[in-house]
Amino acid sequence: MKILKKKILTQTPDTRIVRMEIMAPEIALKAQAGQFVVVMVAREGERIPLTVVDTRPSEGSITLVFQEAGLTTRLLGQMEEGQSLYALAGPLGHPTEVRRYGRVAVIGGGVGIAEAYPVSKALVSQQNEVICILGARTSGLLILEQEMRACCSFLYTATDDGSRGTKGFVTDVLSGILEKQSLNLVYAVGPIPMMRKTASLTLSKGIKTIVSLNALMVDATGMCGCCRVSIAGKTKFSCVDGPEFDAHQVDWEELGARSGIYKEREEHACRLHLKRLDS
Amino acid sequence: MRKQPVKARELDSASRINGFEEVVLGYSEEEALAEAGRCLQCKNPACIKGCPVGIDIKKFIYYITQKDYASAYLAIREKNNFPSICGRVCPAEYQCRKACVLNRQDSPFASEEAINIHFLERFAGDYGINGSPGAPALQKSALARFKVAVVGSGPAGLCCAGELARQGVRVTIFESLHEPGGVLRYGIPPFRLPRDILDFEVNSLKDLGVEIRLNTIIGRTKSLDELFREGYASVFLGLGAGVPGMLGIGGENLCNVYSANEFLTRVNLMHAYRFPQFHTPVNIGKKVVVIGGGNTAMDAARASLRLQKMSGLEPDTTVLYRRSEIEMPARRLEIEHARQEGIAFEFLVQPQEFSGDEKGFVKKLTCLRCNLGSPDASGRRRPVAIQGSEFSISCDLAIVAVGLKANRLLTQSEQGLSVNQDGDITVDQQTMETSREHIFAGGDIVGGEGTVIEAMGMAKKAAAAVIEKLKKA
Repeated sequence: MKILKKKILTQTPDTRIVRMEIMAPEIALKAQAGQFVVVMVAREGERIPLTVVDTRPSEGSITLVFQEAGLTTRLLGQMEEGQSLYALAGPLGHPTEVRRYGRVAVIGGGVGIAEAYPVSKALVSQQNEVICILGARTSGLLILEQEMRACCSFLYTATDDGSRGTKGFVTDVLSGILEKQSLNLVYAVGPIPMMRKTASLTLSKGIKTIVSLNALMVDATGMCGCCRVSIAGKTKFSCVDGPEFDAHQVDWEELGARSGIYKEREEHACRLHLKRLDS
Repeated sequence: MRKQPVKARELDSASRINGFEEVVLGYSEEEALAEAGRCLQCKNPACIKGCPVGIDIKKFIYYITQKDYASAYLAIREKNNFPSICGRVCPAEYQCRKACVLNRQDSPFASEEAINIHFLERFAGDYGINGSPGAPALQKSALARFKVAVVGSGPAGLCCAGELARQGVRVTIFESLHEPGGVLRYGIPPFRLPRDILDFEVNSLKDLGVEIRLNTIIGRTKSLDELFREGYASVFLGLGAGVPGMLGIGGENLCNVYSANEFLTRVNLMHAYRFPQFHTPVNIGKKVVVIGGGNTAMDAARASLRLQKMSGLEPDTTVLYRRSEIEMPARRLEIEHARQEGIAFEFLVQPQEFSGDEKGFVKKLTCLRCNLGSPDASGRRRPVAIQGSEFSISCDLAIVAVGLKANRLLTQSEQGLSVNQDGDITVDQQTMETSREHIFAGGDIVGGEGTVIEAMGMAKKAAAAVIEKLKKA
């Protein structure tokens, strides 16, 4: 659970995206694309799920990438090389179903780009033609562009403010692609509105679409049901039934609402934390 | 004149709801002696047959009357590894106390005249914890060349580990969470089971040489085959019944509709009642409904009421149950405590649908009133909804506590473990061995939702069979 390497991938005035390589020999042997681990920063900490971005079984390490947003990710971002996490468990969730689909678009939004990376890599290894679309609010938050470029046939970028690539959303790029060519699969991971938009675009075109949901979790082993999502009207647990689901069957409204259950408390805890840092 | 039963002292209800302190204070020595003195020491003690693990109740109570508390403790320990825990959580009124000859009531549970066996067990157990007799010593044995893996650190796992370690077997417990204890840690709140009692039992296993590996999910982090390859001769699966059952009604995934497991895990395991000092939040409703009639429902309701009180709200938590009070499976003491603390009860109601506000948060629950029909498979009268009796209860937080199911995380990741339709692992009833040789199982993953002592009984049986097999190896 020791942090072997830490790199600030990007920094803007309001947030940072951090990459950490963590000692976890047993997990490194097992984790596959699409799976996640649970992390605790301290005894008082929360249990949060983070996608396994990469593994180095020979060195016994796994790579995690996270954006400092809530209290736990901020505290994690403050940890340094040589320090150890309080708890780390996994791998959890079903791996991505990696097979030969044909032409696939892999879409990553924001820190979701890091989560799209292992999936893209795995799909390429199965002789798929992978088109990557990376999106972020602004160019400063566009991460892993080089790494992604190395594991796809074409790479497109989009930023909300137009500071890099297409000005607009990843869905604008996707719809441009769909005018010219057909796709056998779309895989999307990122903020809920981005995945939802992707889903509605591909639904109208009848393209199979997989999304990786980032529901709130506690134990992440199927014990608490915090991560309940409605899939085609049936309740599923993201942690053990997912985290990937058919995008066209997700109840996005419900997922969006449930993701914000603790917004106020979370902000309160962050404010207290920042105050402590100031004093 | 017949002597009056001795009640255990308790924190008063007005002050105890300001925190998570243990409610029942237990017996003083005088009180224990007075209660033990009421025992008739029957020639044919029915109480022992009422105990799922057959503790020699007559004997341990006799030792208490003789002020030989160490012997009383050891007499319980012959059958029950955790007297201090069972003395606190056993539903004695449905078991040993119901069988007591002093019981004057023809009802599903014992009357107050029955000997307070559980309070005496707790007295003897706490005497043991406070150091004097210590746990029965580790035996030097030829079994020390064997390693056994125990999966899960709940009641079944802890008990099995203790049984094996005392025989000299080298035991490793694998726990998926970051703290050991299973349901004793995440499910049962500290006001019923103080954490120092649980920590004591866990630590005494460590003193016996048991290694506990936290954050290790067998089936994921490591497979069963890998355990065997690492040299473990046998594996015991005490996985528990970890998956919350839901009602399956509309609106159940609205915000602030919790499973009791989630609510209690946040509060107990993650210490959400100390937010933001601890970072895991839990929402606190102004008006809370808890659905269910078991111990989990009582625990969730009482935790909710404490959170309301601790955050300056007027306590307002209501338990909804589809049968009547007498059919409630909860311990009678928990129902009594809940009522003293200000929990309201609505009986004979069947939830129909949750509805929410524009932001997706729950705001009311629509229900039907029920009558009781003829008894069902459980022997309790079946609730029958009355058509047209629809009414609604406003609430801004709801907790669903309607039972638990088997967690399939391991059984789905592994080949060859046979399970029944409920996902419970099927075993040989004599040895607790599963369909895979050298893999044993016990506790809720075998029997479905049961009690701590039943889990312990299965774990002991499995441990005996494991040892039998090791001796032949």
